[in-house]
Amino acid sequence: MKRILGIIAIALAIALLFGCAKPADKAASTVIKFGVFEPLTGANAAGGAEELDGIRLAQGLYPTVTVGGKVYTIELAIADNKSDKVEAANAGQRLVDSDKVTLVLGSWGSSLSMAAGPIFEAAKIPAIALSATNVLVTKDNPYYFRVCFLDPFQGTVMANYAFKNVQAKNAVIIREVTNDYSVGLAKFFADSFKGLTGNPDAILAELNYQTNDQDFSAQLTRVKTLKPDVIFAPGNYTESALIIKQARELGITAPFLGGDTWEINEFIQVGRQAVEGAVMSAFFDNDAPLTPLSGVFVTEYQKKYGKLPSGTAVLGFDGYLLAIDAIKRADSIDPIKIRDAIAATKGFEGAAGVVNLDVNGDPIKSAVIKEVKDGKFVYKTTVAP
Amino acid sequence: MELSTFFQQLANALSLGSLYALIAIGYTMVYGILRLINFAHGDVFMLGAYFAFYAISALAMPWWIAFVVALGLTALFGIGLERAAYRPLRDSPKISVMISAIGASFLIQNLGVVIFGGRPKSFPSIALFDTVVHFGPVSVLSVSLFIPVVTFLSLAGLLWIVNKTKTGLAMRAVSTDLDAARLMAIDVNKIVSITFGIGSLLAALGGIMWTMRYPQLNPLMGVMPGLKCFIAAVIGGIGNIGGAVLGGFLLGMMEILIVAFLPELTGYRDAFAFVMLIIVLLVKPAGLLGKAQAVKV
Repeated sequence: MKRILGIIAIALAIALLFGCAKPADKAASTVIKFGVFEPLTGANAAGGAEELDGIRLAQGLYPTVTVGGKVYTIELAIADNKSDKVEAANAGQRLVDSDKVTLVLGSWGSSLSMAAGPIFEAAKIPAIALSATNVLVTKDNPYYFRVCFLDPFQGTVMANYAFKNVQAKNAVIIREVTNDYSVGLAKFFADSFKGLTGNPDAILAELNYQTNDQDFSAQLTRVKTLKPDVIFAPGNYTESALIIKQARELGITAPFLGGDTWEINEFIQVGRQAVEGAVMSAFFDNDAPLTPLSGVFVTEYQKKYGKLPSGTAVLGFDGYLLAIDAIKRADSIDPIKIRDAIAATKGFEGAAGVVNLDVNGDPIKSAVIKEVKDGKFVYKTTVAP
Repeated sequence: MELSTFFQQLANALSLGSLYALIAIGYTMVYGILRLINFAHGDVFMLGAYFAFYAISALAMPWWIAFVVALGLTALFGIGLERAAYRPLRDSPKISVMISAIGASFLIQNLGVVIFGGRPKSFPSIALFDTVVHFGPVSVLSVSLFIPVVTFLSLAGLLWIVNKTKTGLAMRAVSTDLDAARLMAIDVNKIVSITFGIGSLLAALGGIMWTMRYPQLNPLMGVMPGLKCFIAAVIGGIGNIGGAVLGGFLLGMMEILIVAFLPELTGYRDAFAFVMLIIVLLVKPAGLLGKAQAVKV
């Protein structure tokens, strides 16, 4: 008898719990969910964390959006894609199916964005890539947009730098062969560099490695025998820092150039002395404000996190603001109408410059070049497209 | 290929191979004595590295004290892991213990993500190990000179324990027949604990050496080395301690030589390790130094 009573009591308690949950659900209808699709563990974790910092800062400043006179609270549904292409597809599916998000922000890492692109497209949910620079992220996908520049431009910028500033006559490319970003950027650099030098053999070799590799001594020993003027090594900050460290250990003195993915503090923490003098293209510099919002972003970021922002965090901030802007313009929380509004974006002023989206959903933005000096990323120059 | 390049590649291969060998020793020892493939070995390896990292950076210990502390803590962790995840299953089918090991591996990785955070950490530089040493045109990081020494000392120490001490005799008895060993008044639990303690200590040693060579820590750093060293152990003949060292060196050599001589196949470096595993299992299932065992049906 006691047992039966116990069971009834538990059943009642559960019923009560669910009963209570119902009204809360109704109140939740004024909530709009943004999916945050980022690598928070694994090789790209620091990149994902930077973008999430930017998104959280924007959410803190602009926690609501008003549509049709109704105030919606913005909630973030965070999905960790674990820096892994297979996991990325799973995480994307989870945002669509169980979190039922209205739109998606992210991911750091073009390959990860590309893995989930078809999922967002099939679900008709717009996605805004923040710092994913590979052309294929948005190409042929009407639901993927971005707020950063693209690799063809970035590759040209770095090839120009190699040719004009380093005065290199030849180069070696070290690329992360399993990473679409790295392979794509390497190609654009190679094409542009060959054009500039007028020498079809200006790229002495293209050497490969894989994501999560730790030992690059075999590849670098080959680089040493080739004696290049410059080494272009686009890839994740994690492997890149180890590559440069091991290169210096082998006695390679040629300068290293890279892309936007290097501008993460862990790059300097791991590479230390070895990465001094490494030069990379980046999205934004705190000392070179592009819009009135740039200053607001830098001040608020320092207030919230007690450190200076990186060029990646600002894109998380901009992506969130663009999403709000598009919802207001669409005056709807219907994902398809929001998509149309994002696609029509013209003259949106973010903290990292003005965003005008073209047919592919890509903006045209300038790049900054930075160099590692005394353990810091130091601004060198801005390159307009 | 120039001679200097060849020697440099040889040095690279020895450096990587001795690291694999060091980690594979602990892997194979646990298997040899308990017939258990400890899939959590790579994660214990990761813990060893993190313990050393925190001992140096957070507790500001001198590196040699930090290493001893990390080795001790990891050994204790290994003993605890065995008690929690493997001992309750000692009389269950082997497959249950193996599944438990896979579970333990995921648990440790994910706890690592929660506790240590997903962002990579940078291992502090220790001047003694982080200096470049030149031999003519060949340059290596000083830690790469220490690693083979540590590997061979571990190998010698382990062979001595297993073959010359009373504990080692008991280990071999447990390995041959656990129930008979118990009947001979061997404290099986104690012997298994010691085995795990030593195995985890070796994993930690490998972890510390690894992060000094590749100074970057993350909670999933043990996965690939764990798999590679499992392959090394199988190639050498799993359960055979000398075989693990041989397998580790072979695997390291192969990985470097593929990149050196067949650069266009670099992207398949990891795949080659697994292909090597499959070939060994097909051609000589007991491994290079293993003895085929007759199984009574």
